[in-house]
Formats: sequence, C-alpha cells, structure tokens
Amino acid sequence: MREIQFREALREAMVEEMRRDKNVFLMGEEVAEYNGAYKVSQGMLDEFGPDRVIDTPIAELGFAGIGIGAAMNGLRPIVEFMTFNFSLVAIDQIINGAAKMMYMSGGQYNVPIVFRGPTGNAGQLSSQHSQNFENWYANCPGLKVVVPSNPYDAKGLLISSIRDNDPVIFMESELMYGDKGPVPEGEYLIPIGVADIKRAGTDVTLVSFGKILKVAMAAAAELEKEGISAEVVDLRTVRPIDYKAVVESVKKTNRLVIVEEAWPLASISSEIAYHVQRYAFDYLDAPIQRVTSKDLPLPYAPTLIEVILPNVKRTLQAVKTVML
Amino acid sequence: MANLKETTKTKNKFTKETYLFWYEKMQLMRKFEEKAGQLYGQQKIKGFCHLYIGQEACAAGAATALTKDDKWITAYRDHGIPLALGSDPGAVMAELYGKITGSSKGKGGSMHIFDKSVNFLGGHGIVGGQIPLGAGIAFAEKYKGTKNLCICFMGDGAVRQGSFHETLNMAMLWKLPVIFVIENNGYAMGTSVKRTSNVIELYTLGESYDMPSFPVDAMSVEAVHIAVEEAAERARSGQGPTLLEFRTYRYKGHSMSDPAKYRTKEEVEEYKMKDPIEQVKRKLMELKYATQEQIEAIDLTVKETVEAAVRFAEESPFPDPSEAFKDVYAEEGYPFIDE
Ligand SMILES: Cc1ncc(C[n+]2csc(CCOP(=O)(O)OP(=O)(O)O)c2C)c(N)n1
Ligand SMILES: [Mg+2]
Repeated sequence: MREIQFREALREAMVEEMRRDKNVFLMGEEVAEYNGAYKVSQGMLDEFGPDRVIDTPIAELGFAGIGIGAAMNGLRPIVEFMTFNFSLVAIDQIINGAAKMMYMSGGQYNVPIVFRGPTGNAGQLSSQHSQNFENWYANCPGLKVVVPSNPYDAKGLLISSIRDNDPVIFMESELMYGDKGPVPEGEYLIPIGVADIKRAGTDVTLVSFGKILKVAMAAAAELEKEGISAEVVDLRTVRPIDYKAVVESVKKTNRLVIVEEAWPLASISSEIAYHVQRYAFDYLDAPIQRVTSKDLPLPYAPTLIEVILPNVKRTLQAVKTVML
Repeated sequence: MANLKETTKTKNKFTKETYLFWYEKMQLMRKFEEKAGQLYGQQKIKGFCHLYIGQEACAAGAATALTKDDKWITAYRDHGIPLALGSDPGAVMAELYGKITGSSKGKGGSMHIFDKSVNFLGGHGIVGGQIPLGAGIAFAEKYKGTKNLCICFMGDGAVRQGSFHETLNMAMLWKLPVIFVIENNGYAMGTSVKRTSNVIELYTLGESYDMPSFPVDAMSVEAVHIAVEEAAERARSGQGPTLLEFRTYRYKGHSMSDPAKYRTKEEVEEYKMKDPIEQVKRKLMELKYATQEQIEAIDLTVKETVEAAVRFAEESPFPDPSEAFKDVYAEEGYPFIDE
C-alpha cells in the first residue's frame, strides 16, 4: 500500500467528504489562503473555493459558535483550531452549546460538527502551547472525542467523525503531521469507540492513545528484547472508551500500565484504572501503574521537559513494577 | 431616532388582520406569563423563570415582519417568541412544568423552549451564547442559497460579552442574513445599562463593524414591524446583517426571585403608560377595526387558551426515568457509563 503523511491522510478524508457531501465545509484560522497553519488543508481552497474553505479572524469563540449554529441548521462543519490550546476561549460554545443542544431541545436539534486540530506538546513551546485537554472534553456527555495515533486510523476515523450526527472533538498533533504510514486510497471508515490492538502480547497490557502511543510501542519493543511480551491497546477514542478491549486484554495479561500525555488528576488513565479495578479486579496480579505528564505546566527548557513528559524509560520502570 | 419619525408617518399601512393578530398574540403572551408567575408561586413551575411581560411587542412585531421559513433564536427569556410564532401554548406550559409533553420533553424547562415546527432554535441560558449560533444559522441559509434569514435576540446585558463583538464582526464581514436584536429593557438583572459601559446607546455598537444599526421604540409594535421589515430586506438582498436596539421594558423582576428594588415605581409606571397592548387596543378602537365586545371576545379566547394549556400541563405525566438517557446523542445506543 502507498504511504502518505498524517496530514495528507487528514486532508484526503476532508477532501473526499467534501466531494461527496456539499454540506461539509472547513473553517478556521489560516485554513484557506495560507493552506493551513500545519498544511493540513493544502490545496483545498483551490479545489473548493472560498465559500467552502473559509478563513476566519482570530475569534475562536465566535467561529466555534457560528459552526454550531450552522450545524443546527443543516450543515456539517469542520472547524479547525490552530491548536486545542486556543479552544479554551471557545469551550463555552462546545460544552454549553454543541454538547447540550440535542438534550435541551428534547431531540429536536442535533449538532453534526467536527472540531479538529493538534493537542499536546509540540517541542519547546512552553506552558500555554503544550496542553492535553482530551480528558476535559471526554468528561462531557454529548461529545465524542477521537485521538488517532497513525495516518491510517486518522483518515478512517475522520471520515466517520464527519459523517457522525453528533459533535466530535478530533485531536491530532503537530509532531505527527509528518509521520508516514500506509493509507488506502478512497473511502474506508473506522468506527468511533473501537480500540485497536497495535501489538499483541501476553505478559503485560499497555493502554495508550494519540501520539504518546509511540512511547508505549517503543517500550514494548524494548521489553521484547528482555523476553517480556507486551500487548499495546490503542484506545483511538476516549469518549466513548472501548472498556471491553481493555478488560479483555487485562484478563489475558493480568497486568496493566497506562501511558497518557495529559496531567494525572482526573485523567483518562484514572478512568481506565477505576474501570479495571471495578470489573477485572480478580484478574490483576499487581496494582495498575500509569505514566502521565508530571503534575506541572510544561516549561521551555529541554532538561525540564525531559523530567515532565512520559517517556520510554518511565514506561519501562512502570512495567518492571507490575512484573515484580 | 430617524426611523421613529418614519414610523409615525407610515403606521397606517397595517391591516385590520395585522392589528387583530398583534392584539391576540400579545394578550396571549401577557396572560400566559401572568399565569406562569402564579404557577411559580404555587411551585408548579420550578427553577429559573423569566417573564416577558412588557416586552410583548418585540416578538409580535417581528413575527408579522418575517416569513415562516425564517429562523429564530433568543436567550432564556423565551416564552414569548414561540407563542408569537404559533407554538402550541400547551407544549410550552408543559415544558415549564417539566412534563414529557413539553416542547423539549421536559429536558429544557423555562429557559430552553425549542420548537422546530415554527423554526424556533431555542432558548439559551448562557448570556451571549446564542449570538454566534444565530449568525451560524444565518450562515447555513446563505450557504444553502435560500432567501431565509435568522433573527437573533439578546438582552442589553449580552452586548458586553465578547461573543457579541466577535459575531457582529464576522457576520458583517461575511454579509450573513441575520438580524441582531437587542431587547434593551434597561437592566441586566439588577445592573442598569448605564452601569455597564460608557457606551449606552447600544445600537451604536454595531457601527464599529460598519453594520446598519438603529434604535427602535419597541413599546410600539408597528415600529418593531417596520424596523424588522427593513432589516429583512437588507438580509434577503445580500446586504447582510442589521443591529436593532429595541427599547423596551420588563414590568416584573428579572426572574421570579427578583423583587426589583433597584428601580423606582415611577419608572415602571412611566412605561406602563406606553403599554404595547394598550396601544394596539386603542388603535383597534380608533380605527374601528374592533368593538369593545369583539375585544372582550378575544380576551376570553386567550383566557381559555391559557387555561387549556395549564390543564394540559397538569394532566401530562412527568418523563419516565428511562427518558434520561435519550436525546443526549443523535446516535442510537451510545454506551453511557451507567453504574
Ligand atoms: C455567561 C453568563 N453570566 C451570567 C449569567 C447569569 N445571568 C443570567 S441573566 C443575567 C442578566 C442578563 O441581562 P440581559 O442580557 O439584559 O437580559 P434580560 O434578562 O434583561 O432579558 C445574568 C447576569 C448567565 N446566565 N450567563
Ligand atoms: Mg436586560
């Protein structure tokens, strides 16, 4: 199969969906004439014109709300946030608007919209540009939250997200846009809410999602050298979570380590740990461990970043602890 | 206030039917709200409940100026608009009661009346939150190439939100078919307009974005109709949005819990002298469009309609507990965490 970049996989999903359904359009800062801050939407203005690939002023609250209103009135907007750090000024519209409309209207108005853009750290950008809000959005009923880890999943999940009749938060990473991987041409859908075993194993389960999954995969490769067989479960979606896939894996390996880029308190890893102790307690041979960012803002200096972000070394330590 | 003078000149353009429609709808809103106030006192209606009494001309005058395919959105003071648009008063009352027969199946309550059958896209509880939604609804009309527009209501308090300014800017930039209406009733809860900014002529805020912007005497239903009609022409002919400042007044407190001690009795009386319903009633008599008996007959019909709405709400059941998990997602069978 041909290999393309993550950004190209996203672009293909958007382009194919926009060809298929004229109610789909893209809006955000720099998406049109500049071809996207990270070149995800490169060439889309040329194909679809300014009525469907729309540059906005820097007004996230305003254009997030305009997107939601358009979705209430029959369109299927894709709203790009330059990064999800900037979605905080729009979070009222997402939580109080998009996520509530269907319920408050007694089922009269659904909101088929995708909010997409990068999440998490992206090099030395310091504290305001390096945050993971996956668990914030995942906390809110009414939303779905998708966080793909490779180009193949990104395309199939983005197509599903665009066709979904509910609001979807779709989170990418600047650090993944250049990643290459095999991606089929044309349409294929990956269902929202289904995890994927990225590597089968028998001794320990590593659960992760998004770009930090690479850390789990690298740790699994290291462990193999030491004769430890790690299974890596990629959640792919953090609302809803495919709990069943996690529990099935733990029943097989009896050990669990969760690797997540967000801060620890009330995170996806807390949620998974709760669920597994509740529904697979008797299968656990050791307390669940997790590797998250340290409970700190992310600073600029590389030596400090090294301390804070989840990495292979910390993951291996966590695995050693559950293997004891 | 240029267009107010104009109003005086042209006000006889309206037909007998229009005046009768206004009278009946405004009376319906007034009597419905008076009843809602009583029922709140009896704890039949709970939560926050914001009455529209005094502001009826805003919804009624706009209703006659627009077409049935136009879209409507407002804040939480939202009982008047659906009644003006012809929503079933029983469904609105049942929503205030939290009953399954309510317009939002009892999930919205007083602040979140929605009625797709009359293109009413809700009742929204975050001050200023509905403003970008209104522009987005209009965006969709323009995108689909219709001639429809969206009329987006907000309070005077909402214009101090960033959402107002971001939205006006983009709506004008993109020439969206939207009419922004500020229902300036003088107060945001207990805070008078003049305590919120140096800029208290609210319509002038639109001028920052090059938007045609006008004040309107909204105690006069004719003036409201004329202003909205002009704004609608601009929207439908591709000229984009208009900002209208409806100068109105709420006779009651902000919500049912507010005794409104921040204003004088004289101020309230002054506005009651200009009561929009009394104005229309006088006009009906003056122009011999209706006799005293005919007006009384309308009043009786309205009274019966409200009574029937209350009966319907009373007799309807509360939602079954199983309803809690419905309507969160359009998707069937979403796997909620349920333990
Ligand atoms: C963002 C936000 N802040 C505060 C409130 C609480 N609140 C509800 S209504 C209101 C006053 C709004 O007044 P105005 O916009 O003039 O509308 P009116 O009630 O007069 O119709 C306030 C402060 C809210 N609902 N939303
Ligand atoms: Mg007010």
